Amino acid sequence: MAMQTPAPCEYSRATSVDDAIAQLQALGGNARILAGGHSLIPMMKLRLANPGHVIDINPLEPELNYIRKQGNEIRIGAMTRHRDMLESDLLSKTFPHIFQEAEAVLADPVVRNRGTLGGSVCQADPAEDLSGVVTALKGEAVLRGPEGERVVGMEDFHLGPYMTAVESTEMLVEVRFPIVDGHGSAHEKVERRAGDFAIVAASAALGIKNGTIHFAGVACSAVGPTTMHIERAEQALVGKSPSESLFQQAGEMASEDVSPNSDGRGTADYKRHVAGVLTTRALNRAAASAMGGPAYFHDFHSNVQR
Amino acid sequence: MQVSMTINGQAYSHDVEPRLLLVHYIREYAELHGTHWGCDTSNCGICIVLMDGEPLKSCTTLAAMAEGHEITTVEGMAAPDGTLDPIQQGFHEMHALQCGFCTPGMMATGRWLIKKHPNPTQMTDHEIRDGISGNLCRCTGYDNIIKAIRWAAQYEADHAGRS
Repeated sequence: MAMQTPAPCEYSRATSVDDAIAQLQALGGNARILAGGHSLIPMMKLRLANPGHVIDINPLEPELNYIRKQGNEIRIGAMTRHRDMLESDLLSKTFPHIFQEAEAVLADPVVRNRGTLGGSVCQADPAEDLSGVVTALKGEAVLRGPEGERVVGMEDFHLGPYMTAVESTEMLVEVRFPIVDGHGSAHEKVERRAGDFAIVAASAALGIKNGTIHFAGVACSAVGPTTMHIERAEQALVGKSPSESLFQQAGEMASEDVSPNSDGRGTADYKRHVAGVLTTRALNRAAASAMGGPAYFHDFHSNVQR
Repeated sequence: MQVSMTINGQAYSHDVEPRLLLVHYIREYAELHGTHWGCDTSNCGICIVLMDGEPLKSCTTLAAMAEGHEITTVEGMAAPDGTLDPIQQGFHEMHALQCGFCTPGMMATGRWLIKKHPNPTQMTDHEIRDGISGNLCRCTGYDNIIKAIRWAAQYEADHAGRS
């Protein structure tokens, strides 16, 4: 096998977010931000990404690795590693238990030591798990550039496969998540082998109060050109009482609204079917988690111990 | 560019191309061939070394990103007098290697799993299997690898506080 190595490029380290942005400006669109490197370096090896320059932001970890509650939001810094999200008590208490479920099946523990939230969502791989989680939770990306900050919802963030709204002089610094009353959530994934990208994955988040769904987020991964936001299902859920038949209907909508391709991971029809099944399952477990407490996460764990 | 790091307690510094991967720095510049180079896609875990005590895939890390960090490879695991680290002794005791290609990476991950677990002797098979899910053994000798990690955890518990 031929050795894979990135094309020649220049390298520098950032000393602060402002310094990173100044460097991006000076390099005029020819640079990429390098965080954990577990998406960008493989892309560079395959020559699918050929930046003339990489700006290493690992020195900014003290500034950009955090998970905190601020007002009615949870804010996660762009350099927060997957392992930190997997092990965060604040995330498991606030969003039971979508982060743990997605992070537990995202790549492997050694990759999760390095890979970051910012790297995952900026890679904009339509099959990646965490982007589905961010979409279902209605997270918003905070982009900082020379003119200051702007906040972009996931709808406008992922423009296509491997394409985001981040301009060449901007970097993602944070993702913000609204805290929802009576929250329950779940992530379901079917993969070929441990740690692989999904054949199909579904992320679901619900807010249930007084027996009524007041918040619904549904996203599917690996079944379209971007993470697929299943808006029709969300609209059908809000204002209703949670029930298995309602979640069945929402799953059918997901199945209809995704646009998978046939490839080595399965046929389009198969993926469409799986998207529906996983969406229904994720919604059932999200509702159970919202109403029944943490026991359902343990069920999930015993399920993956197969 | 100039890159400097500590590998197994020894300082190294070289003028390298920025695109140089850490695995090639370790093998070709530091001339430590115990770290193997496998799938090159961060899947197989052959190239795992410890950076500041945490395992990382050195085929998916630029040498420049290790600037100022402490790297431990398989050559740095044993004590200076040659006494094997318990994880190495465990692999010996439990016959946890056949071809040996995955062994340095497996031992680095195993070393870390024992260190980070609050009660290492109570690790479940699932925890160990999940923990090494980023390391592939081409010989499929996983059962003995799991026994070796367990052996090391038990040995350390039995010898805690002694030197």
